[in-house]
Amino acid sequence: MVGGSPPAYRARRPGRLTPVSRWLFRRLLQAALTFAAAVVLLFFLMRLAPGDPLSRLAGDRAISEQELEFLRRRFGLNQPLVTQFRAFLGGIAQGDLGVSIEHYPEKVTSLLASRLPATLLLGGTVLLLNFIVGVWLGVTQAVRRGSRFDRWMTRLALAGYATPSFWLGLVLVAFVSLRWHLLPAAQMTDPLLPLDASPWTRAVDVLRHLALPALTLSLTSIAIMMRHQRAAMLSVFRLDYVSAARARGLTERRVLWRHAWRNTLAPMITLLGLWLPILVSGSIFVEAIFNWPGLGSLANDAIAARDYPVLLGTAMLVSGAVVLAGLLADVGYTIADPRVRQE
Amino acid sequence: MSNLLDVKDLRIEFPAPAGRLAVPVDGVSLTLARGETLALVGESGSGKSLTALALLRLVPPPGRIAPGSRILLDGEDLLSLDPARLRAVRGGRIGIVFQDATTSLNPTLTVGSQLTETIRAHRKASRGEARERAIALLNEVGIPEPAVRFAAYPHELSGGLRQRALIAISLAGEPDLLIADEPTTALDVTIQAQILELLDRLRVSRGMAVLLIAHDLGLVAGRADRVAVMYAGQIVEEAATARLFRSPAHPYTQALFRSIPRIDTPVERLSPIGGGVPSPDAWPAACRFHPRCDQVLPRCSIETPPVVPLAPGEAVRCWLAVREKR
Amino acid sequence: MIGSLAGLLRRAWRHPSGRIGTAILLILVLTAVIGPAFLADPVVMPDVVAGATPPSAAHPLGTDHLNRDVLSRVVNGARVSLTVAALAVLLALTAGAAVGLIAGYFGGWIDALLMRVVDAALAIPRLFVLLLLLVVWERIPLYALVLVLGTTGWFATSRLVRGEVLRLKQEPFVTAAIAIGTGSWRMITRHLLPNAAGPVLVAATLGVGDVILLESGLSFLGLGIQPPTPSWGGMVLDARPLLLSAPWTAIFPGAAIVVTVLAVNLVGDALSAALDPRSA
Repeated sequence: MVGGSPPAYRARRPGRLTPVSRWLFRRLLQAALTFAAAVVLLFFLMRLAPGDPLSRLAGDRAISEQELEFLRRRFGLNQPLVTQFRAFLGGIAQGDLGVSIEHYPEKVTSLLASRLPATLLLGGTVLLLNFIVGVWLGVTQAVRRGSRFDRWMTRLALAGYATPSFWLGLVLVAFVSLRWHLLPAAQMTDPLLPLDASPWTRAVDVLRHLALPALTLSLTSIAIMMRHQRAAMLSVFRLDYVSAARARGLTERRVLWRHAWRNTLAPMITLLGLWLPILVSGSIFVEAIFNWPGLGSLANDAIAARDYPVLLGTAMLVSGAVVLAGLLADVGYTIADPRVRQE
Repeated sequence: MSNLLDVKDLRIEFPAPAGRLAVPVDGVSLTLARGETLALVGESGSGKSLTALALLRLVPPPGRIAPGSRILLDGEDLLSLDPARLRAVRGGRIGIVFQDATTSLNPTLTVGSQLTETIRAHRKASRGEARERAIALLNEVGIPEPAVRFAAYPHELSGGLRQRALIAISLAGEPDLLIADEPTTALDVTIQAQILELLDRLRVSRGMAVLLIAHDLGLVAGRADRVAVMYAGQIVEEAATARLFRSPAHPYTQALFRSIPRIDTPVERLSPIGGGVPSPDAWPAACRFHPRCDQVLPRCSIETPPVVPLAPGEAVRCWLAVREKR
Repeated sequence: MIGSLAGLLRRAWRHPSGRIGTAILLILVLTAVIGPAFLADPVVMPDVVAGATPPSAAHPLGTDHLNRDVLSRVVNGARVSLTVAALAVLLALTAGAAVGLIAGYFGGWIDALLMRVVDAALAIPRLFVLLLLLVVWERIPLYALVLVLGTTGWFATSRLVRGEVLRLKQEPFVTAAIAIGTGSWRMITRHLLPNAAGPVLVAATLGVGDVILLESGLSFLGLGIQPPTPSWGGMVLDARPLLLSAPWTAIFPGAAIVVTVLAVNLVGDALSAALDPRSA
């Protein structure tokens, strides 16, 4: 119901649109500033942490002193911190995040780009799952408040939230994959898939690999969605317009979804901003266990190798996503609740 | 002529702490004829709003309508209706206008969509037909530029317009009986008169019966045919409006009149009614008003006073009336 | 402060979830404190030959791949994990409350600056920062773990406290206190802090659960509690190759984590329901 009013009506309220666009502008600015501050924090965090990435590299492979010196200069590690920072900023202005140390000379941006789709797929699926199932369960709980269903759902959800994702992943792999052979245990695709396999077969293959990681992440985080939805529904139930709708002879289903649930959308959308950091943390473990080729496992490897450029790039990307999610959540909230627009 | 609405011994119970029972509505009986306006007057806590909700079976849980209550609409027993029929009655035969239009309208839907969904819930109509009907309704309740307001959200309308919109929605199902639950309490004084006049006009033009719920006796004068005064979950006096205003029979009604400040006679002090409204889980014994009554008799605290008919359609629940009759 | 806290606790006690949670926690803490005295030393000589044995009378939860008693390791792990979590949360709470109080009370540019920093920090996922900071050491000392966990966990609390302070500033009693010339320090400690205690307590309990999950995850990655000190996450890591052949080595430590975090969350739940009864 995101409608505008006919111009005649709008004219009566001359400043109606401007407050919204002004707010939007301010919010965008705030998001940009926050992101910038996060990037600065990250940069100095990494550079200040003692430990020489190159010494790690030297320990893993046979590299001559000359090569080490070359690399050191190449990455500017012998420069003062401020110079490094300026170089870094300059690079960003050109869209260049540097080159990986571990996978030299691959560019950070291309590494990120290659791993991003897998994480998006996993994250997107979990988000969808959590939203659909979480909303449905939360609403049902609210309708059947106090019943056994309600109580048991809460207990199960809390138990799920208390479960460490790495452990749940392992248990699922052990039983579903290794013992019962129902779903694959690792990676995103089957390396043995014939080259001429149809797109449909490929898609199904990916889905089969996606199932366990997505399930793991979803089970451990769906509690948040469920509880928020339940609480939001209960507070809306109390409101007059819900019983007013019933008093007009509308069906119970209509009252529940079009009148009650609709008004919980706004607070539910703000959840989006909260939920992303949790997903990111969880995906680091899950991607490690399932060998899922996404940003989480990239970060894992980069940490072990002290590959700062990659780490910095990944952290920046993820922080940017978190800030963006928060921004979208705020914008979504404004769209969902017409009253807020007026302010 | 059979009545449109016939309520007998309506009793609403709520569980109270320590296993007790609160009975905010205790044996209310009233009748309403077609096209008639009955005012149900009482302080907050008297149970009048709950009575209204009960007619639509909207008593909020954990409250419930006790067995033994009877609510008949044109002879049809409302308490034993199946869900589909109940939905048809709600809004279709009995409409209700709530007190606060701000909270009774869904803030995320436009006024128009709330109107059309109600219209289409009660009769077959296409989107276009429903929209036309809705705009006509908005016009009927006196909203200027109805086509524009159709697309407005509730918070974009002024208080008075919101209340009118709410009334329009309550009429969307073409009900025969309209319950107006304190329709003006949340409004400015100047708007109050307008709304009441609107309700009057609509009543006449549509031939509806109106159950007007109010806590203000002044509102009721000239607008209702009959008045029922409620106290502590019971109707203590029922009479034609003129008679009630001329010579109220129940001490509570008399006290209510006395406590109204008047312009035409000099008043030195307001005379409020001493004491407070009792709580539904601890009604006073026998006559519920006896602790605050200025004409209390010894038997008032011992025996429950009967309902004494005074004239056709008029009755009072008081021992004083029994004495006088004799 | 004591009065309102006592009231809160009393209300929370009425919730069955609160009682169950508290009961479980008490048992856990008791076991962690006195248990190790009665159980076998978890850091015994590893016996690779005997390897993992299933649960038996001698070893109620079986033994792990080095033939160490699982029950003893789980209980000792509880001791370490609970201590680390409690200390880290205490640190985070103190820092967060301090920042929140200052930002909320003084307002102006102090508030703006502090909150910008908090926003930026909140944008960076906590686990990232933890991994980054911890990879520096070869063997992570326990104090470092506590420090790192604590310093990464105060941001959300500071927002919470700031919000409460802003809300409280509207209350009449604050205006009254200012009117009689109450100084800043007194305002903060006597008036604002006690009234903000409720939500902070809830955040603290939930924070303990989060830290336990984080710490076990870090231990699983080798970046948390270092072996041979037993840790639940580390036990799961060791059990990974034995998942099918000796499932008890992985199941019990994991179950311990679930039970502990669940108990803590139940208590937090009861507390938050006591704070705002309508969402029960």
